[in-house]
Amino acid sequence: MLPTNEQRRWMYRNMLISRYMEERIETIYMEGKKPIFNMANGPIPGEMHLSNGQEPCAVGVCCHLGAEDIVTATHRPHHIAVAKGVDIKKMMAEIFGKKTGLSGGRGGHMHLFDKDVNFACSGIIAQGMGPAVGSALSRKLQQKSGIAIAYIGEGAANQGAFHETLNLASVWKLPVIFIIEDNDWGISVAKSTSTSVAKNSDRAAAYGMPGIFIKDNCPDQIFSATAAAIEQARRGDGPTLIEIKTSRLAGHFMGDAEDYRPKGEKENLLMNDPIPTYRQALLDENVITLEEDSALVQETQQLIEDAITFARDSDEPAPEEALEHVFAH
Amino acid sequence: MSATNKLTIARAMAESLAQEMRADPNVFIMGEDIAQLGGVFGNTRGLYAEFGGERVRDTPISETAFIGAGVGAAMDGMRPVVELMFVDFFGVCFDAIYNLMAKNIYFSGGHSNVPMVIMASTGGGYSDGGQHSQCLYATFAHLPGMKVVAPSNAYDAKGLLTAAIRDNSPVIYLFHKGLQGMGWLGTEPAAINQVPEENYQLEIGKAKTVISGTDITIVSIGMGVHHALKAAHELQKADISIEVIDLCSLVPLDREHIIASVNKTGKLIVVDEDYHSYGMSGEIFASVIEHDHTIFKTPPQRITYPDIPIPFSRPMEQWALPSTEKIINACLTMKEK
Repeated sequence: MLPTNEQRRWMYRNMLISRYMEERIETIYMEGKKPIFNMANGPIPGEMHLSNGQEPCAVGVCCHLGAEDIVTATHRPHHIAVAKGVDIKKMMAEIFGKKTGLSGGRGGHMHLFDKDVNFACSGIIAQGMGPAVGSALSRKLQQKSGIAIAYIGEGAANQGAFHETLNLASVWKLPVIFIIEDNDWGISVAKSTSTSVAKNSDRAAAYGMPGIFIKDNCPDQIFSATAAAIEQARRGDGPTLIEIKTSRLAGHFMGDAEDYRPKGEKENLLMNDPIPTYRQALLDENVITLEEDSALVQETQQLIEDAITFARDSDEPAPEEALEHVFAH
Repeated sequence: MSATNKLTIARAMAESLAQEMRADPNVFIMGEDIAQLGGVFGNTRGLYAEFGGERVRDTPISETAFIGAGVGAAMDGMRPVVELMFVDFFGVCFDAIYNLMAKNIYFSGGHSNVPMVIMASTGGGYSDGGQHSQCLYATFAHLPGMKVVAPSNAYDAKGLLTAAIRDNSPVIYLFHKGLQGMGWLGTEPAAINQVPEENYQLEIGKAKTVISGTDITIVSIGMGVHHALKAAHELQKADISIEVIDLCSLVPLDREHIIASVNKTGKLIVVDEDYHSYGMSGEIFASVIEHDHTIFKTPPQRITYPDIPIPFSRPMEQWALPSTEKIINACLTMKEK
């Protein structure tokens, strides 16, 4: 199944939004952190895990989804949140820790929750998988439409939760899909030194479900390769494990010197940045014109600038608001 | 006045679950051996026959997966009741409990609810060794975002479970094996009492004065309440008047209720089958002193589990457990002061 031109433009646009978001966050994050880098300083404090390079994994899958479908993401969630339709302004405000953020500043960039589009994340490796399985069970029990997608990194495939949830989803034949964004690195530890199999998708066999390996970090290929699995889940025919070979163009987090990377790897990855590659493909195939492209660039940049203005202009939460929402009302 | 039946805690729990499942199609149960077996501790007996395997789901031995799944289902509009067979097993799945279940309401800024119950058995005294005999009350009560309840009798067991299922926040429901009414675990007769057939809720976070007295306040939860009641009965013969408070809930903790009693007696003993240090007894002492540091006429005492792994051998385990005898001795010492 190939994406339509409209779907391709949607994927391109969402990759641009995500990338501009990351590029702007990257700059703003360093405000107040020079000359001495202290994570606690500046308008965006704390850890920052940028998703540059992994945008195709987000758009290629989420292009098949609607607001009713559930997505759980990881500590590196921005690109997936954008593709799932999380409110950009509230998300940016949350990243700034503002009162107008998704959770009023209680979560931060690793804990983005948007109930309107059924999006959530966990900062603990592989721990988004259980909730994804549970919401898939919920849809099955309630006989409601919608499937669940759990995104994880390749490092999560060595966690107990990965194996437990795959087995459970398979035994109960749940409408859930597990997406592994394989960027080769668990912080500084290479997949090859941490993982007993070359392809984590092979592990699907152990749980009686299909495993799909997508070797190219390309939105069209990801769209096409995941279509059948999503259809299968919607039909009620059970889960699929999908591994996408992607690239982490930034460090694990901001401040990461990335000395562990082999010489030349980063340069090579940057040369194969999926966004300019996709732009060229869309231009070559007349899916967009140069004029449309520059308009799109301008429009998506403006979207991010507006979100940043909204976040900067928003009030800080009153400190004692920290005491609210520990329990449900 | 609705009809009542004399029930064990196990049967009272099953009755609450059945009534809530009849009333609300979003309530379902999952856990190990809870379907055809009816739960290792009998608390889901009869539910599989009535509701079937979709709503009464046996799980693989994968606590991380099915407790995490409970969180996802709860956030998607269901009301899962999940059994963690022994509370001691929390070690294999605590992330799903304290990082997901207990924090997702907060991380959502209150936009999502997590109406989920974890039922777990607690307690020792029957030589099950150090990985199947703990209470761990304070481990859960310490971490924000979870309510924690522990009934001491069948009437409370039903009312607390119904309240827990209807609560929009996660609730840890800890039932003591020695009170469960399963013959093979020993049975505390006083835990078996009259339970209305009609469904009802007990407010979570409210303590109860089980017997009123004027000389010494004893605060406990679960099995300790029964030790305290027996001690109070014995001490009556020595003309010592004991007030026994059953906390019923650890979170929220009914501090006002405890303080009101100690205001009257000036003397406090806390009985806790959980470990001694950094636990319920210390929290209660601190709460009382923070309110009024002159309140105690004598130093408060605590009868708790020593800070040791639970030993297997019967003489060692029985020596370590709180008991009626230990409470009586403490009261006699305290009375003399």
